[in-house]
Amino acid sequence: MDFTYTETQDMIRDTLARFLSDTYDFETRQKFINSDSGRDPAIWTALAQELGMLGAPFAEEHGGLGGGALENAIVMEELGKVIGIEPYLPTVVIAGGALKAVGGAQADAMIPEIIAGNAIIAFAYAEPQGRYDLANLRTTAKKDGAGYVLNGHKGVVYAAPWATHLLVTARTGGGQRDREGVSLFLIDANLPGIVRRDYPTVDGSRASEIYFENVAIPGDALLGGEGTGLPLVEQIVDDATVAVCAEATGVMQKLHEGTLEYTQQRKQFGVPIAKFQVLQHRMVDMFMEVEQARSMTIMGVLKLDLPANERMAAVSAAKAKVARGAKFVGQNAIQTHGGIGITQELAIGHYFKRATMIEGQFGSHDYHMDRYERIVLAD
Amino acid sequence: MDMEFSPEDLAFQQEVRDFIAENYPADLRDKQDEGEEMSKEDFLAWHKILHKKGWIAPAWPVEYGGTGWTPTQRFIWSEETARADCIRLMPFGLAMVGPVIYTFGTPEQKAYFLPRILSGEDWWCQGYSEPGSGSDLASLRTTAIRDGDDYIVNGQKTWTTLAQHADWGFFLVRTDKDAKQQEGISFLLIDMKSPGITVRPIITLGGEHEVNEVWLEDVRVPISQRVYEENKGWTCAKFLLAHERTGIAGVAASKRGIEKVKAIARTELDGDKPLLANAFFKRKVAELEVDLAALEFTELRSLAGPNAGRGPGPESSLLKIKGSEIQQRLTELSLEAVGHYGAPYFRGFGEGDNEHPIGPDYAHRAAPTYFNVRKTTIYGGSNEIQRNIIAKMVLGL
Repeated sequence: MDFTYTETQDMIRDTLARFLSDTYDFETRQKFINSDSGRDPAIWTALAQELGMLGAPFAEEHGGLGGGALENAIVMEELGKVIGIEPYLPTVVIAGGALKAVGGAQADAMIPEIIAGNAIIAFAYAEPQGRYDLANLRTTAKKDGAGYVLNGHKGVVYAAPWATHLLVTARTGGGQRDREGVSLFLIDANLPGIVRRDYPTVDGSRASEIYFENVAIPGDALLGGEGTGLPLVEQIVDDATVAVCAEATGVMQKLHEGTLEYTQQRKQFGVPIAKFQVLQHRMVDMFMEVEQARSMTIMGVLKLDLPANERMAAVSAAKAKVARGAKFVGQNAIQTHGGIGITQELAIGHYFKRATMIEGQFGSHDYHMDRYERIVLAD
Repeated sequence: MDMEFSPEDLAFQQEVRDFIAENYPADLRDKQDEGEEMSKEDFLAWHKILHKKGWIAPAWPVEYGGTGWTPTQRFIWSEETARADCIRLMPFGLAMVGPVIYTFGTPEQKAYFLPRILSGEDWWCQGYSEPGSGSDLASLRTTAIRDGDDYIVNGQKTWTTLAQHADWGFFLVRTDKDAKQQEGISFLLIDMKSPGITVRPIITLGGEHEVNEVWLEDVRVPISQRVYEENKGWTCAKFLLAHERTGIAGVAASKRGIEKVKAIARTELDGDKPLLANAFFKRKVAELEVDLAALEFTELRSLAGPNAGRGPGPESSLLKIKGSEIQQRLTELSLEAVGHYGAPYFRGFGEGDNEHPIGPDYAHRAAPTYFNVRKTTIYGGSNEIQRNIIAKMVLGL
């Protein structure tokens, strides 16, 4: 049993933290998220080519750093600290995870493209009617010769406006909510028949509604087995869920630190408001939520390789706890800042917005408590 | 970073399991299952077995009688003893005054007291709180005035846990009235059979005689029984409080507690289904499990993380706050689970009384335990004081 980081892991954290503190200050971020494209592509290129950071979880034979889920968590936590909108989660964690799981020629072709920063991959899995049920799919992929024809509507696909590729879940068989008949495809984002409606998200990123209108895709776009893709989808979504727990930890830490700092500057009744015990205790409660979010992230990381049921129970426990903590820390950061907290002016409000979106990402507190109970507390 | 047990750890785990299975006293197990109050002999029975085995003080340095176990082995030990529902060891000697003595004591004090703590020969109690000094411990007024080679001690202590069994007590006393509060306090070891000591019971909500008032009237204490320098007792007190908080998370015991609650809720019926199938009750159990996992991994990070081995720091306040809240929620759920049969008041088996008490065994102590465990957020520095400690020591406020 060991809860320490290796030297390489410390180096990844330090290198990335230094890079982000130089390039990703709040004003700079606000500038590029409000630009037409909503991002600064040079940052992604630098993450790939100067830092090698996009190779963090990949094997050395693919040109990666030989890491895994813990390295992803380290990167995501650091991105959380600057409310980074870089598409590391869908590209490296999710699509990279799927490619690592299926291996073979698809992995050999695509992983080096991810590591080099050439590929940005958005994860098109959610549908308007499906809520958090990964199997609730109306999007279909019908066999057509050697390939498939894709039809359907995917909702709130983060990073899709920037994407070179889409990772898509679709039905190749079965009824709308069956476990069987789900397949996973990695396709070019600019195929004929893909219609996007792009928009900004409340937390500073960009996303799209995506409509597939008789999109012809090649047969080798299929990742894993046809119609048996759900366990793989569940696995990569669990990987992603732990990764957003790590991101949340970074966001929450900054919300807490920002609040500590503000209360020591802001004076009322002739003293810094940090002198008031009611605020001190609240900031201690926030601190405890941050620490527990960090603990639960580590638990999630360490249990990702367990058999599916144990993995899902652990991931759901982590996400449920982190979602509650993110809400608590976010709301109290705003409350403690008072009026200035509800303006766009300070960074704190922007951290709050990201924390709030993380609460629901890949399943709300209630969704994950339900899943936990189904596994652990079955009658 | 990993959670794997090495082959040596797994072998150790098996050794611990076998040892408990072969050596845990059967009559003690029966008494626990019946929900009876424990006597001094009950508490000491398991202590003496562990002492004989050399496993009584895993947290102590080897030179003073510790086991030399790794953090992982200590984790395994606490998991296994909780899993087997072993009776808890009294902390006053092993976890409180013992570490103070081996850290601050004279060679003579170490040689005399430490072996007697390990063997269980001396039962210790803690003379800290006073009627006017609870959270503001440094305001204590019990005085010790020098008289030749002795101190003359006068004052009143309270909330003294199990002092009715105690052979020795460690006391905080004021040795300089004019110094700043914390600077005029000394740490004394006092023989509880000394003339002038009176112990009076305080009966708590569950009907237990667990705590006492201790009166000291002209009690003569040799100077050789002072630990560390005169007027430096606060240093020992702070050290002890931080030590007291480390085991206080009680993760392994709470895991066992949740299993007990689940067992009750699988037996009790709610309509035609077990109570555990009730969505509201089930959610409360699940929330508790999730919070306990968060506490467990927070403790593991401090035991086996980058700061391991630095000794308990102010972050142990977090473990105390969350651990005690979870212990309380467990007792709430137990009481809720037993329904009507929380009400009958079981006062233990009287002389010649062999009638089975009212209600299922698991219900007998549900309410008394719920009442009793309100103490956990109050003792060892109330949870509000713990928040003050974190605010000051961790957040720098």
